[in-house]
Amino acid sequence: MTMPFRGPAAVPLVLHVNGEDFHVFVEPRRTLLSVLREELGLTGAKLGCGHGQCGACTVILDGETAYACLTLAIDCEDREIRTIEGLMRGDSLHPVQEALIAHDGYQCGFCTPGQVMSAVSLLEHNPRPTDDEIREGMAGNVCRCGAYPNIIASVAAAAELMAAEGD
Amino acid sequence: MPKIRKTKVEFEGRIEEREVIVEEEHVETWPRGATLRLVGKPTPRVDGVARVSGRALYTHDVQLPRMLIGRFLRSPHPHARIKAVDSAKAEALPGVALVWHRYHPAPIATLEGREIFPEEVAYEGAEVAFVAARDDRTAEDALALINVTYELLPFAFDLESATAEDAPKVLLDEGNWVSREGDVYQRGDVGTGLGDADEVVELTFTTPIASHCCLETHGSAASWEGDQVTVWHSTQSVFGTRSSVADALGIPMDKVRVISDYIGGGFGSKWGAEPYTLMAILAARETRRPVKAVLGREEEHLAAGYRPGSWQRVRLGAREDGTLTLIEHDAKVATGAFGGGGPVIGGPSKDLYACPNVRTVVRTSRTNADHARAFRAPGYVEGTFALEGAMDALAHKLGMDPLTLRMKNYAEMSPSRGGPYTFKGLRQAYEMGAERFGWSRAVPTDLPNGQGPWRRGRGIASQIWGGGGGPPANAIVRLLPDGTAELSVGVQDIGTGTKTVLTQVAAEELGLPLEAVRCIIGDTLPAPYGPGSGGSVTLASTTPAVRSACREVLRQVIALAAVMLGLEDASVDDFDVERGDIVYRKDPDRRLAFARVTAKMGDYTIVAKGARGPNPDDKAVNTFGAHFAEVAVNVETGQLRVERIVAVHDIGRVVNPLTATSQVYGGVMMGVGYATTEERIIDPATGLQLTANLEDYKVPLVTDTPAIEVLFVDVADTEANSVGSKGLGEPPIIPVAAAIANAVFDAVGVRVTDLPITPDRLLALLSRASNAGFSKEVE
Repeated sequence: MTMPFRGPAAVPLVLHVNGEDFHVFVEPRRTLLSVLREELGLTGAKLGCGHGQCGACTVILDGETAYACLTLAIDCEDREIRTIEGLMRGDSLHPVQEALIAHDGYQCGFCTPGQVMSAVSLLEHNPRPTDDEIREGMAGNVCRCGAYPNIIASVAAAAELMAAEGD
Repeated sequence: MPKIRKTKVEFEGRIEEREVIVEEEHVETWPRGATLRLVGKPTPRVDGVARVSGRALYTHDVQLPRMLIGRFLRSPHPHARIKAVDSAKAEALPGVALVWHRYHPAPIATLEGREIFPEEVAYEGAEVAFVAARDDRTAEDALALINVTYELLPFAFDLESATAEDAPKVLLDEGNWVSREGDVYQRGDVGTGLGDADEVVELTFTTPIASHCCLETHGSAASWEGDQVTVWHSTQSVFGTRSSVADALGIPMDKVRVISDYIGGGFGSKWGAEPYTLMAILAARETRRPVKAVLGREEEHLAAGYRPGSWQRVRLGAREDGTLTLIEHDAKVATGAFGGGGPVIGGPSKDLYACPNVRTVVRTSRTNADHARAFRAPGYVEGTFALEGAMDALAHKLGMDPLTLRMKNYAEMSPSRGGPYTFKGLRQAYEMGAERFGWSRAVPTDLPNGQGPWRRGRGIASQIWGGGGGPPANAIVRLLPDGTAELSVGVQDIGTGTKTVLTQVAAEELGLPLEAVRCIIGDTLPAPYGPGSGGSVTLASTTPAVRSACREVLRQVIALAAVMLGLEDASVDDFDVERGDIVYRKDPDRRLAFARVTAKMGDYTIVAKGARGPNPDDKAVNTFGAHFAEVAVNVETGQLRVERIVAVHDIGRVVNPLTATSQVYGGVMMGVGYATTEERIIDPATGLQLTANLEDYKVPLVTDTPAIEVLFVDVADTEANSVGSKGLGEPPIIPVAAAIANAVFDAVGVRVTDLPITPDRLLALLSRASNAGFSKEVE
């Protein structure tokens, strides 16, 4: 009986996630999202669409947002991967997280980890975004519940919080 | 003591009389203007940290040791007969635990009377085979190894092709019409209404098929321990799921536990056990390993429901002064191969206006598609678009202000039930909205990109919906020795903030701080029955039950306090609870701190159950709202920008203004998508969906967000229930499309009667209007 072509077998890989090294053994066809969720148990990033349209899988890769569902895990060795799980310091929330709670910047919450990572990255690149820059910066993250007005307000409030902390 | 009573309960436009067991302890209704400590205050969600930190566990996130992944092979054809399935290669693939299909069936092969793997598949995406494997890659590899021989059959992909003469049969053994004569409502006489009219307008509308697009796709996971199964199911109804799982398996309910802690959106599409649920449960039993089966994004479009498209004709008649004499509303919908009755499209026409002569008809046909499902205010979204568009046209024909015409026909009494409402705040909603929006002022002229090709316009639309809820709904409250409380309710939080409002109401009633109440929902094990999160009933059904349970807890605490105060002979009613103290009313100096009583309890736990009481016998409980929209239209490109929406809603007492405002934002955004971009497109030649992804099916993005201003009438509906609140999940999507389309007419003088209002549609209408002598007066 012939078996289908299944691609190369699993390879060893070291992933640097939230400041920690993880040794995994995965097939080259695996996405970063699938490895984060299934091998590392980091289920914060979600699979919403699998084709880079919804942003629920957003992580920060070498300082830039990336769709983990469209990123191969083997392309991530020697790169700095940040996920929602690495954002809190002990029990203290990141200002973006605090602002989302205060402004109800979510509803069902499924897109929220991706929204948080996009907002964190946006504010790292542009600490004082205008309303239009917030909209542009968050345009890669779908919220089907339509929490957008509160997401915009949350990002603006987080910018204020971070500016106050920096003072 | 429980008593059996009859009560009327409204659900999504249909009213039914139920015999229910009620046992509500009489709880005094919070009066209008009551000073409440927590209820009515903007309250961030009690589970906020879990939601923003990635710790909230959704069904997708369930991972158990040795868990298998289940996936379906689905029909690539809209209508076919399955002649053969060869799964030998898939079964031989290492890591594949089992393969089930028509010729190698699962131990149970039917769900709710329907075969899971039928010979005749009647839509693209119908289940053909199920694979359970060690991971999703292996499962997908296995699916690719299954060979299916299909005999293709003719198909009918939409309403028109399914209802034509000589239409192909959607199902070989059934007629295409589910209801050709239709679901008819009538009062008065259409002929009389027509005869009495000075002006008549008649318009035809169509609305698109809309996909729910829950970001968490449908899915279940199952794990057996002995003869008991735990099912994680992304659902709007844990109790409905428990019943349907027990029914499907033929096992007692106590063997089934359903958990749905966090749910990534539902919008009407997530209810009981589905084929993936049953397959996961059976595969888990067969393999003695946990199994998770979730749909992919494409499958979500193909096999997880949709709002059906509609064809509607509305005829309105009115006297010169605007008094309506006639509302005639004909609708046709196609609800899929196994569609039941259509949604209540005639609902708004029955009840929004006082009109003596009304006739609504909804005819339903099959099509070669998955079955349609409820989608946020089913029927009312479609019906309101048509009715409120026709009202706008009538206003222009009569030369009346559209708001004045609506006020003129204001229904003080429920038109279809004949009796009064418990409370109706639509007039206030119109007035508050007009004031905030500046309805009486001229259209602002500060247009984007200067005047240029942009034109601005404004429109209004109004809304009626149920949301009164009703019994049965229960709550259990446990008061622990340290003075904290656990509240257990059999509902789920689909994103509306249910957990937070339940906590607020319990803490309010018990006199505890919010932090001292832990609310447990989304699990059938600890909780008594609670309703599904649909029909906007959750809050109005459950919060009175919570109050009732808390009252019973307080009675027990008071009984203990009485003993401690040496007042054994006093009645429970002789005491009040004031700011954390139990106070003897006849001698207010005799008081005892709540915490001192609970400290005395030792290891004792006070447990009390509460239940939702019946609805008022002779009054209708409804929610109302009015939306005011401002749009800009580019007459050269057909581009439409929704710039501003003022949304005013009457939902009785607002328990949490923060999350209530979020609900309105969400409904408005979903309405903006429905009005402007969302449309399932099906290829007529192949019957296949062209938009089964989030690239081509266009949901709104943050960049599409208009300025949304949310106002509430916020008058407690004290006759509806003891909390005075009604539901809000669905109302805010209802009037959005009509308000936008009416604003487009105001801007450029063309009436868009087909949704979504895309640039190509607008351009075609504009060029037709321009050829006909462009004028706002053209109707």
